[in-house]
Amino acid sequence: MMTLKQDVEALRNIPLFAKIEPTKLKLLAFTSEHVEFQQGDAVCREGEPGDAAYILLDGAADVLVTTPRGPMKVASLHQNDIVGEIAVLCDVPRTATVEATTRLVTLRISKDSFFNLVTQFPQVGVEIMHELASRLHHTTQRLTEVSGRLREIENPAGDA
Amino acid sequence: MERSIFAYIRRYSWRQQLVILGLTLLSFPPLYLTLELPKTIINEALGDSEGPWLLFGRSFSQVEYLFALCAIFLALVLVSGAIKYVLNVYAGITAERMLRRLRYELFGHVLRFPLPHFRRVSQGELVQMINAETEALGGYVGDALAVPAFQGGTLLTILTFMFMQDPILGFAAVALYPLQIYLIPRLQRKVNALGKQRVLQVRRNAEKISETVAGVRDIRANDATRYERARFSEQLGQVFWIRFDIYKKKFLIKFINNFIAQLGPFFFFSIGGYLVIAGDITLGALVAVVGAQKDLASPWKELLTYYQTMWDVRIKYDQTVSQFAPAGLHEARLQDEEPETIPALDGPIKVSGVSHADEGGGLILDNVGFEIRDPCHIAILGPAGAGKEELSLMLAGLLPPQGGRIWMSGQDVAGLPEAVLGRRIGYVGSPSAVFSGTIEDNLLYGLMYRPVRPRDIPPEIEDQHRLAVLEAIRAGNSPHDPEADWIDYEAIGISGPKERLGALVRVLRLVLLEEDVYRLGVRSTLPETLKDELTAALLEARRVMQERLAGDERLARLVEPFDPDRYNNNATMAENLLFGTPVGSTFDIDNLARHPYVRRVLRETGLLDTLLEVGLQVAETMVELFADLPPEHEYFRQFSFIAPDELPDYRALVTRADRERLGELDEADRQRLLSLPFKLIPTRHRLGLVEEPLQERILEARRWFRDHLPEDLQGAVAFFDPARYNEATTIQDNILFGKIAYGQAQAAHRVAELLTEIINEVGLHDRITEVGLMAPAGVAGGRLSAAQRQKLAIARSLLKRPDILVCYEATGALDAVEQAQVRDAMREEMKGRWMFWATSREDWGTAFDHVLVLERGRIVRDGRLASGEDGKGTPLVAAS
Repeated sequence: MMTLKQDVEALRNIPLFAKIEPTKLKLLAFTSEHVEFQQGDAVCREGEPGDAAYILLDGAADVLVTTPRGPMKVASLHQNDIVGEIAVLCDVPRTATVEATTRLVTLRISKDSFFNLVTQFPQVGVEIMHELASRLHHTTQRLTEVSGRLREIENPAGDA
Repeated sequence: MERSIFAYIRRYSWRQQLVILGLTLLSFPPLYLTLELPKTIINEALGDSEGPWLLFGRSFSQVEYLFALCAIFLALVLVSGAIKYVLNVYAGITAERMLRRLRYELFGHVLRFPLPHFRRVSQGELVQMINAETEALGGYVGDALAVPAFQGGTLLTILTFMFMQDPILGFAAVALYPLQIYLIPRLQRKVNALGKQRVLQVRRNAEKISETVAGVRDIRANDATRYERARFSEQLGQVFWIRFDIYKKKFLIKFINNFIAQLGPFFFFSIGGYLVIAGDITLGALVAVVGAQKDLASPWKELLTYYQTMWDVRIKYDQTVSQFAPAGLHEARLQDEEPETIPALDGPIKVSGVSHADEGGGLILDNVGFEIRDPCHIAILGPAGAGKEELSLMLAGLLPPQGGRIWMSGQDVAGLPEAVLGRRIGYVGSPSAVFSGTIEDNLLYGLMYRPVRPRDIPPEIEDQHRLAVLEAIRAGNSPHDPEADWIDYEAIGISGPKERLGALVRVLRLVLLEEDVYRLGVRSTLPETLKDELTAALLEARRVMQERLAGDERLARLVEPFDPDRYNNNATMAENLLFGTPVGSTFDIDNLARHPYVRRVLRETGLLDTLLEVGLQVAETMVELFADLPPEHEYFRQFSFIAPDELPDYRALVTRADRERLGELDEADRQRLLSLPFKLIPTRHRLGLVEEPLQERILEARRWFRDHLPEDLQGAVAFFDPARYNEATTIQDNILFGKIAYGQAQAAHRVAELLTEIINEVGLHDRITEVGLMAPAGVAGGRLSAAQRQKLAIARSLLKRPDILVCYEATGALDAVEQAQVRDAMREEMKGRWMFWATSREDWGTAFDHVLVLERGRIVRDGRLASGEDGKGTPLVAAS
């Protein structure tokens, strides 16, 4: 059986929580619950409202999105990955289905306990802001790259 | 009701009043003798040293004579005391009987109030009048003859005695009475007027309180508590100032009375003393007269008070009775009459020229008329305020029309007794009342118009029961036994209680309430009455459950069964130690740490020190986790083992405690630490504090606990036993016989599904619904949701199979999908009988056979709507 201490370790390995004080993480872990899924169970389904984020403590899962040609696997998740945090941070429906490919043990952090943590301890909010800003920066860079390439494809050098 | 309180008393208690009078007269001779004896003792036994001392023709020595007289005096005191005792008890009973009659009559009048009257009177006011204000009236009834007779007689006896001693002394005693008779009533009248004001004000307070209770949600929602407090404070202030005035006047009266009373001795000693010196009267006579004068004060005062109360009560009676006889009070005959046969109301309905005005004279219904020959389903449509509710109430016979008539099967509704209306017509309003009692009681409420079969009265209370009925009849109360069987099974087409469940389940399904009641049943404990029947089947369900869990690995993960030889990781340590359900609060989880027997178990099994240490670790974790949170934070309620106000104590304890010497802590600290580990659930809290070796030791303590449990504590815990039904816990927990595992996705939901499946398989579904039917509905149905209450009311009116069912916005509390489902089910159920359905949902018109559209109290359309048409649009397809 996993103990609270191990949960805290798992949380610390997640970049979003890496810089948060251990006692606060302990409170987050204590107010979160372990949820175990069996192979083939859905952790969450695309389009459903999201009320929690999951941290994979043990096992693996696939991320699937619906396409006109049926479900398509877009990523696979492993130990210490976090999934569903976007739905917790902003009110959007789940963007993908997550399905356990093995027996899967997760730590379920509900939206409420996540926001409780942020409102009680503003420094936690600042840390999360840092993390999100750096992700945004990263995404923007990627976008610049991609749109540069897109322009190259649409306007091949010959046309110019 | 009688015009005046005197007529009321004469009519209902003249016999008792005569007895009271007789007893009173009987008490005078001993009284006179007790006055006479002291004189004899002083003058003859003490004053006359010569003798002879004769008593009843025998001669005594002086000392013997003295003691004999004293003994007679004592005997007389006893006799007159005994008569007084009997008299008081008898007068008290008479008063209470009359009070009971009066309250019963007032309650009966409330039941007969015309419905619009309830908009004018408040509940609080009625409660105040029936409960509190009648008290004074009842008190007076007992005194009506007793006080003037007894006190007046006493006064006369004492005065006669005085005049016999000396007319002058007698005259001196009453010299100031005319002054008092003139002065006191005048002052008292002012006090009475103030008293009346106070009564009215207290009534207003009661009204305010009941209004606040009813509207507390909206008061808070509008942040109006400050305003309400100010209002109430102002009202309390009024009572205060009235009382202030009353006290000033009341004690002035007392002052005058006392002064006049004290003037008596002044006259006696001056005039009487002179007469003794002059030798006109004996010293013994003077002493006796002075003694008698003391006794005189009290009856005189009582008489004066009586005189005041009499006036007071007379006015109070008039006030109360007029409040309970509003215009339009239903005739008692209509409620009491029980016709030989109850005529069916399945014939034509004709409404002609019906009008109704509100209190201000505004027309709500204006010359409404229609006639339909054969039973069908009629929608009454129209906007709010069109008069739909009034018309519905009239069709149900609940509101007599002010003008016009309603004929049903050729009979004028206004003349039909409630025995016909209430049994042949169903009415579902919005919202409908649900009463305290079980859900089943509420369903059967429409079939309980008179006791059908007497109950079996156990021989040991038979006499008591007979006396209770006799007394009820003496007080003019209801002679019916509310505990008898009142349910008219024949009315619902079944032969007796055995078939009841089927009929109830059927209507519950119809109104989509069955599932809810079943779920209530699953979460209830098994009622005593069904124990013998169901225990075996429920144990069978438990067996099937265990089989299913064992046979499917995926299911097995969801539940951890109770096993006497294993620690349950999904249960608290308290449950693991007790291995049973606490009955009562003895072994409640919060009481375990200080219960002497639990402490003994822990000591004997050597667990005490270990648990103190675990407790310390839990405390440390809690202090660490929750220290920075504000006390009002919801986490304390949801997650903490320690309440916010106790946290500082624990923080101090954690810093102070020496891990090596926990045994030396004082009792309060030990209890603090010891209370924590009991709440630990390994899989939920994941603190890693309840590992294998400790679990083994707790199992050992579990066995010790059970083996050594003293006799007087046997009843405080119902042990888990795989082979036995646990009556202290719910049906669900009994079938499950284990804990739902923490951390399994959707465990609770999947277990609930499995449970329902198994219950259906073993054929227990309806029986568990039966258990649910026995669940209390709460005060005014408070334990049910608004939708459930409404469905219950619909089911209740369907169950009695009325010829006519009138619905006014009957499904408003249900969600949109269910509204139509329930309506259609009701249509199906009421096929071939009358149903009126008033609603402002105009799109519903097409779902009915016939439509009446009301606008501002007039019928603007009468006929049928084609599909797709609303209540206003296109012309009628066919008029009937």
